Amino acid sequence: MSPDLLKLIFGRLGLESLPLHEPIVVGTFVVVALGGAVLLGGLTYFRLWGYLWREWFTTVDHKRIGIMYMILGIVMLLRGFADALMMRGQQMLAFGGSEGYLNAHHYDQVFTAHGVIMIFFVAMPLVTGLMNYVVPLQIGARDVSFPFLNNFSFWMTVGGAVLVMASLFIGEFARTGWLAYPPLSNIGYSPDVGVDYYIWALQVAGVGTTLSGINLICTIVKLRCPGMTMMKMPVFTWTSLCTNVLIVASFPVLTVVLALLSLDRYVGTNFFTNDFGGSPMMYVNLIWIWGHPEVYILVLPAFGIFSEVTSTFSGKRLFGYTSMVYATVVITILSYLVWLHHFFTMGSGASVNSFFGITTMIISIPTGAKMFNWLFTMYRGRIRYELPMMWTIAFMLTFVIGGMTGVLLAVPPADFVLHNSLFLIAHFHNVIIGGVVFGAFAGINYWFPKAFGFKLDPFWGKMSFWFWVTGFYLAFMPLYVLGLMGVTRRLRVFDDPSLQIWFVIAAIGAVFVFIGILSMLMQFAVSLLKREQLKDVTGDPWDARTLEWATSSPPPDYNFAFTPVVHDNDAWWDMKKRGYQRPLTGFKPIHMPSSTGTGIILAGLATAMGFGLIWYMWWLAAVSFIAMLVVGIGHTFNYHRDFDIPAEDVIRTEDARTKLLAGAK
Amino acid sequence: MTVAINPTQSGEPVFYLADEHPHPEGYSTSLGFWIYLMSDCLIFAILFATFGVLGGNYAAGPAPKDLFDLNLVAVNTSMLLLSSITYGFAMLTMQQNKVAQTQMWLAITGLFGLAFIGIELTEFAHMIHEGATPQRSAFLSAFFTLVGTHGLHVSCGLIWLVTLMVQVWKFGLIEANRRRLMCLSMFWHFLDVVWIGVFTFVYLLGVLR
Repeated sequence: MSPDLLKLIFGRLGLESLPLHEPIVVGTFVVVALGGAVLLGGLTYFRLWGYLWREWFTTVDHKRIGIMYMILGIVMLLRGFADALMMRGQQMLAFGGSEGYLNAHHYDQVFTAHGVIMIFFVAMPLVTGLMNYVVPLQIGARDVSFPFLNNFSFWMTVGGAVLVMASLFIGEFARTGWLAYPPLSNIGYSPDVGVDYYIWALQVAGVGTTLSGINLICTIVKLRCPGMTMMKMPVFTWTSLCTNVLIVASFPVLTVVLALLSLDRYVGTNFFTNDFGGSPMMYVNLIWIWGHPEVYILVLPAFGIFSEVTSTFSGKRLFGYTSMVYATVVITILSYLVWLHHFFTMGSGASVNSFFGITTMIISIPTGAKMFNWLFTMYRGRIRYELPMMWTIAFMLTFVIGGMTGVLLAVPPADFVLHNSLFLIAHFHNVIIGGVVFGAFAGINYWFPKAFGFKLDPFWGKMSFWFWVTGFYLAFMPLYVLGLMGVTRRLRVFDDPSLQIWFVIAAIGAVFVFIGILSMLMQFAVSLLKREQLKDVTGDPWDARTLEWATSSPPPDYNFAFTPVVHDNDAWWDMKKRGYQRPLTGFKPIHMPSSTGTGIILAGLATAMGFGLIWYMWWLAAVSFIAMLVVGIGHTFNYHRDFDIPAEDVIRTEDARTKLLAGAK
Repeated sequence: MTVAINPTQSGEPVFYLADEHPHPEGYSTSLGFWIYLMSDCLIFAILFATFGVLGGNYAAGPAPKDLFDLNLVAVNTSMLLLSSITYGFAMLTMQQNKVAQTQMWLAITGLFGLAFIGIELTEFAHMIHEGATPQRSAFLSAFFTLVGTHGLHVSCGLIWLVTLMVQVWKFGLIEANRRRLMCLSMFWHFLDVVWIGVFTFVYLLGVLR
């Protein structure tokens, strides 16, 4: 075929785009391909495709979508963590004239991919998954406000993840750091596909995140069961509400700033260029106007989880509910007033820097209030040290350290010394791992029995806990030291041999965390095998306090046979104390949304469009775009999106539960 | 939902609704659409901010004074404002259940919208012809992106309008279609408001600069 025709069909994609010269990538590809073949073969052999399509891929059930988000997050954690191990290995080895084992081209992709994946495709799915699963149950709703949109949002997130993963084997990923600052990310300095993968992966996933934010806000505002006033909502629901407000009020900024960057790259505009009046610092400002709220998007739901866990496992009502709510709201607002602290060194002048330094320090006040609320909840409680509570205590200790180093960084003169040093790296891993990751793990251990009807195995859970926690401290405390000594981030080789010992310790810590992750996978496997021993038929294994524990585990499709009526903050606790009797008769048909394949199809097309734009396959982009319009508009011609679960089905489900409960007594 | 949640007469607390009415279809739609509009508003806010920062960076290229034809822009603005009024008439006739008249006003709205897009494209073509391309300076990059994003929104609104006209024609003014027309109405007026910002901030202030 003529080169012109090839170019028309494949754009700039050619055989030379495949990273065959990188043995590490080739090795990874072989492993992934074999694993993928086994997985796909297994699914085909056991004829599971139809089941997966009907029951999972096309489902609009918030519980199943929540579980799929969690699976996505955990799978991507493995990829993101592999990147982390590679970095730790490289930095440990590259001393005394050694170049390590990663060349600069590869290493720069590794640290960029690590950051992007961990934030967008690990932390976000884990947090969104927990909110999706838990919030409708906590407010006594049957589903979210827009169930179809929920399915679509999930698949858009998957689409973004697919694009990032594709960049590993087809072409390359960005070599710019996780926020892709121009001018480095502009076409002149990054002419390859890496930044385009970055842009389109985040744009596709970002649409999903924004829509899921709108969806959950509406759910919380409109679908609360009778009696649940705003100030009777569980704290996790409150933090979810604030998080989703932050999502809706910040992700559009990311969308715009990435769109402007793409215009610079594709059309040749001058937003962030060095000449023709462009301003790279405009990009840095805009992306942090999204980026700082993003941090709170991740951590607020974790705060909610810790609140639920602390009060459940202390056997007490949460101390200072009202102050907890106000603290959350204050953090939500303040998170918009601090973005400039990410670049004090830009040179905005003393007054601007002081303003942002002070607002940053003010955030520690509501956060501190939360910390005291948790401590006072535990005070004189009968604390049960189950896994969720262990993660919570690890969080309290770890997060306080991270918070204090954060206040240190908020002092502009100190930041001039520490900016972009490993001290900063240690700080944000300290709060993100100590806050978000520990929170997600507390949440997984806490709500797993709700989702599957059996608890997670405590032995492997404790293995995972101790390896994670000690691994975290081993991996990141040395980074504080190195940062104070002036080592900057993203370095590939080092000259000063006296630094090496700290990197060795950090690498050992990373191995510990790796064992922690393996233990967690082991925990899932062992729990699945021992599910009969770990079984919980009551639906309330922790003697918990909020509504999600009032229904069976796993909950039926319709969540509650009758919509609950709430009188107290700890609604389920109140019901238990006041002799609530589970209704056994009088069941009626229940109105529910029907499944649809439109979400996954639209997201697949969006991903194809992204791929076409990345590789300049304009025909693919155009065809996918038109197909999206057609499918999307076609979907609006379907006016029958609901059905009724017949009363007989409800009766059958509820009778089965009655039998189970009787057997348990 | 307003339900008696106080203890029943016998003094027993009520913990669930024995007789429940599901939320009507589209119960959350108007709130959801409002929130979406606000997120869209943020997109425009960032584009305005970008224009505010970069709008004076002509890079020795043409400035607003050299480019903008306020008469043309005034005509264009009137097209969009008129389309908002006619959309209002469509909503009024929809309330009276007059299908044919609703369709007529929708069609007129669409024509005004089309005229708006046409004039805008003419203006763009003229500017590009004179060498004032989006690549020429940061000011022009910001200008084309802000005004173009608004135009893109109006174009999407037009596709949506046609879709809804087909749906009204096929299924009548049923509840779902009324809700959709209401959403498009909010979208259309929102774009009008944004345009007033564009007209003032970009064109009028630009010429004064």
